[in-house]
Amino acid sequence: MARQRILIVEDSPMMRQLLTFALKRLKGVDIVEAQDGMDGLRKVTSDHFDLALIDINMPVMDGLKLISLIRGEDSLKEMPVCVITTEGAKEDRARALSLGANEYLTKPIQANQVLTVAKSLLKME
Amino acid sequence: MSDDKKVFGRAEEFMSLFNQGAEFTKELLQENERLRHDLLAVNDDHRQAAADPGDWAKLRVQLLTQIDTLTVEKENVLERLKMVEAENRQFAERYVEIEEENNNLANLYVSSYQLHSTLALSEVLKIIIEIVINLIGAEVFAVYVQDERSGTLEAVASEGTEVEIFPKIAPGAGVIGGSVASGETHCGDTHSTLDWETPIACIPLRVQDRPIGAIAIYSLLEQKETFTPLDHELFTLLAGHAATAIFAAQLYSQSERKLNTIQGFIDLLTK
Repeated sequence: MARQRILIVEDSPMMRQLLTFALKRLKGVDIVEAQDGMDGLRKVTSDHFDLALIDINMPVMDGLKLISLIRGEDSLKEMPVCVITTEGAKEDRARALSLGANEYLTKPIQANQVLTVAKSLLKME
Repeated sequence: MSDDKKVFGRAEEFMSLFNQGAEFTKELLQENERLRHDLLAVNDDHRQAAADPGDWAKLRVQLLTQIDTLTVEKENVLERLKMVEAENRQFAERYVEIEEENNNLANLYVSSYQLHSTLALSEVLKIIIEIVINLIGAEVFAVYVQDERSGTLEAVASEGTEVEIFPKIAPGAGVIGGSVASGETHCGDTHSTLDWETPIACIPLRVQDRPIGAIAIYSLLEQKETFTPLDHELFTLLAGHAATAIFAAQLYSQSERKLNTIQGFIDLLTK
């Protein structure tokens, strides 16, 4: 089976490290990190990814803008997207889902929740 | 002549067939006799068995013993099955516990790694804030740093509201001052109303016995009901590692300033 690729778009190095730690436990997965929305857009348009985890609040380009650009690209319309939000930011979450995000994770992030969502979106058993 | 030969030929043929039939009939009669004898022997056996109640009782005892043995065996198998099921449940529970422990260790490792990844005070404070938001799940909180000379605690970073709102705390005063002076983490009611003097949790930051400051948490994120065992481990980690990171950053900043002053003085003398 071909390896699956996950893109983490998150400005906080700590959160990137935490998410990478959690996702590394999935078998046959390669993880790529992007430090803001613009970096994420560059990576997602120049390479193939099976899943993107995107933080909403980021400098340079926020997660909502990135999702709308991703869904505007024909080749990326089907790519599963999961957003990371805080519980208080319900409007952001609703907006992200209306823009085409498939799932959401709320902070504080739990590794087992990240794994469950990733497995479901990557259609892993 | 030829007609006579034909007649004799057919007579011989008929005699041969007749002899074969006679042979076959003889065999049938013999087989019939043998079967009759067998039937008589079986009937005799049956009659003898029915006539001897001791044989039936013996057979019954044998069968009952066999049933008892099989019942005991079945009970043993069921018992072993129960034990295996209980063991499986224990393994499953242990697996979940280990998974959780693994996640907690990953959180602690990442927090500690990030805290010591920089010597810039602003970066250290930013990382402390990220840990408290993302791993503890606090909504409103402040990081206090103690002034070396006066001992007063002053909020230098915050989340959820402006840093200026948080009061300065005199040495040993109130929940925050008391926690810093004693080195004991304070944990109160997580649902209490917002009061800047009384946080729901206060983590004193110390390097060995030297107080550095405190993290005062005033409210938790909506989905967070109360503090978990991992939060308490994070409090312990923050109490030591965040204090060391702040202390190292302060020392580095002071040494940088001193180095610049000395360099300026040397430049003044040599130019």
